[in-house]
Amino acid sequence: MSIAAKARARAAAAFPTDPTLPANLRRNAPLVPTDTAAGRSLAAVIAILTFLAGLCAGAAEMVATNAAQWQSSVAQEVTIQVRPGPGRDVDADVAKAEAIAKQEPGVARTRIFSKSESERLLEPWLGSGLDLSDLPVPRLIALRMSGDRVDLGSLRTKLVAALPGVASLDDHALWLQRLSTAASAFVGAGIGLVVLVLVATGLAVTFATRGAMAGNKEVVDVLHFVGAGDDYIARAFQARFFGLGLRGGGIGAACAILAFVIAGLVTGSASSGPAGQEIEALFGAFHIGWRGFFSIALIGGIASLVTGAVSRLTVRRYLG
Amino acid sequence: MKSLLPGAERPVVQFEHVGMRYGLGPEVLSDVSFRIAPHSFQFLTGPSGAGKTTLLRLILLSVRPTRGTVAIFGEEVSGISSEKLTLLRRRMGVVFQDFRLLDHLTTYENVALPLRVQGRSESGYRGEVVELLRWVGLGERMHALPPLLSGGEKQRAAIARALIARPDLLLADEPTGNVDPALGRRLLRLFLELNKLGTSVIIATHDFGIMDAVNARRMVLNAGRLRIEE
Ligand SMILES: Nc1ncnc2c1ncn2[C@@H]1O[C@H](COP(=O)(O)OP(=O)(O)OP(=O)(O)O)[C@@H](O)[C@H]1O
Ligand SMILES: [Mg+2]
Repeated sequence: MSIAAKARARAAAAFPTDPTLPANLRRNAPLVPTDTAAGRSLAAVIAILTFLAGLCAGAAEMVATNAAQWQSSVAQEVTIQVRPGPGRDVDADVAKAEAIAKQEPGVARTRIFSKSESERLLEPWLGSGLDLSDLPVPRLIALRMSGDRVDLGSLRTKLVAALPGVASLDDHALWLQRLSTAASAFVGAGIGLVVLVLVATGLAVTFATRGAMAGNKEVVDVLHFVGAGDDYIARAFQARFFGLGLRGGGIGAACAILAFVIAGLVTGSASSGPAGQEIEALFGAFHIGWRGFFSIALIGGIASLVTGAVSRLTVRRYLG
Repeated sequence: MKSLLPGAERPVVQFEHVGMRYGLGPEVLSDVSFRIAPHSFQFLTGPSGAGKTTLLRLILLSVRPTRGTVAIFGEEVSGISSEKLTLLRRRMGVVFQDFRLLDHLTTYENVALPLRVQGRSESGYRGEVVELLRWVGLGERMHALPPLLSGGEKQRAAIARALIARPDLLLADEPTGNVDPALGRRLLRLFLELNKLGTSVIIATHDFGIMDAVNARRMVLNAGRLRIEE
């Protein structure tokens, strides 16, 4: 029997028993006050940092996707270059090279660039008013391969054997390698920035937790006196900061996703015009896909977890 | 040292030549020695500024003595670990002179706090808390936040919070300072009831009305010295 029950039994029935509780009685409010000005600014800081991290991750994702697309389309294009030499019939050499290429398995189509087409390709470098008829302009044969990875070794050997010093095969390997290096560098930088932003979030939370501990000294004291251990108090703070982190991270991630969706819609509607095509040629499709959206949401989640864990550690060190 | 007599238990509180000063200030308590027996009931009295609150804080382990030794529940407290400290505090209930209710929690939540921090579920203690709140006359004020309570209501909430976990030792600092004499006597009866159930009670007070109502030991502090009137 509780002491009050016993005391009341002695004090007669002056106090009627009514076991029903008011339905709206608040019973388990957070032990650490939540909705404070400091809490809201921390949530805003986390939201901004998450937003920036989300933009970095989305951009990295976009570059990675587009680079992969470029690579696969470029890898299907192979060019044969036929150089005119003194005393040689270029057109005959070109026809011979094409015949060799056509026999090669894996070559789907061939297209010969005529002399004037080849000259036009040089225009951006040499200007248009020039008479190139005397210059030994190399002639090109574009080959479209049927698969991504066709062995070009035998074709190269045959070409060199049939037309030594005249025909050469360009599979863009160097260019592809450069593109791949640049894309990986960009993605690496993006991941690095995301990590930096998460570290910044952790630091911001450390300071905010210290501030909250100082601001809630009275609460911490009282919790100690009523028998709460350090770990219990740390959990109470962690719960509060995790909530703030979840709010900030959610808002930031949602804004980043929204930004990509809007950018996708805008470039999508503009890509019918010439400017849109220019943009698309430069940046590829402005589209980050489900994987991109998922990584942004993941960053929001990680930001909340970091917030909770860091605040708990900070409280433990503050109390200990 | 083991006692062969089951009744002669270890004292709940034991002070040996305790001296205490705040920072570099004057000595607030000097050479204070006493024991609080299990199941005992006593008043701690003395003029304002005599050091009553300081003595209670020493028992509560919120300040440490500058000289002498303090043992709580038979445990010497110098260099005690924070886990042990938590366990000791769960065996104590405290009514602070300035109440120390948490302003962002309702009266109900404040009173339930000692049970909540022990990890008990809300549905498990709800009945107990409501019953005690009704007994101290706060049945209608359960939702109220402390800033909206009167001084006397705050005091009763603070008392209810100290009693709810049925501690082995109750420390009450001026627990009847803000209530009318009739309510004061009723609260005193609550302390006596708790004492009958086995709790050692120390009440710091100037209130001769309640001291004269009970025939109990009086610890009188004056100018930092303790005198005990049995
Ligand atoms: N935190 C503190 N820092 C410095 N001095 C303090 C502190 N707390 C109390 N004192 C001083 O210690 C002395 C004893 O104070 P204490 O609060 O223990 O007295 P008290 O007997 O409880 O008085 P009252 O009856 O007015 O509550 C006083 O002179 C007071 O000024
Ligand atoms: Mg005092």
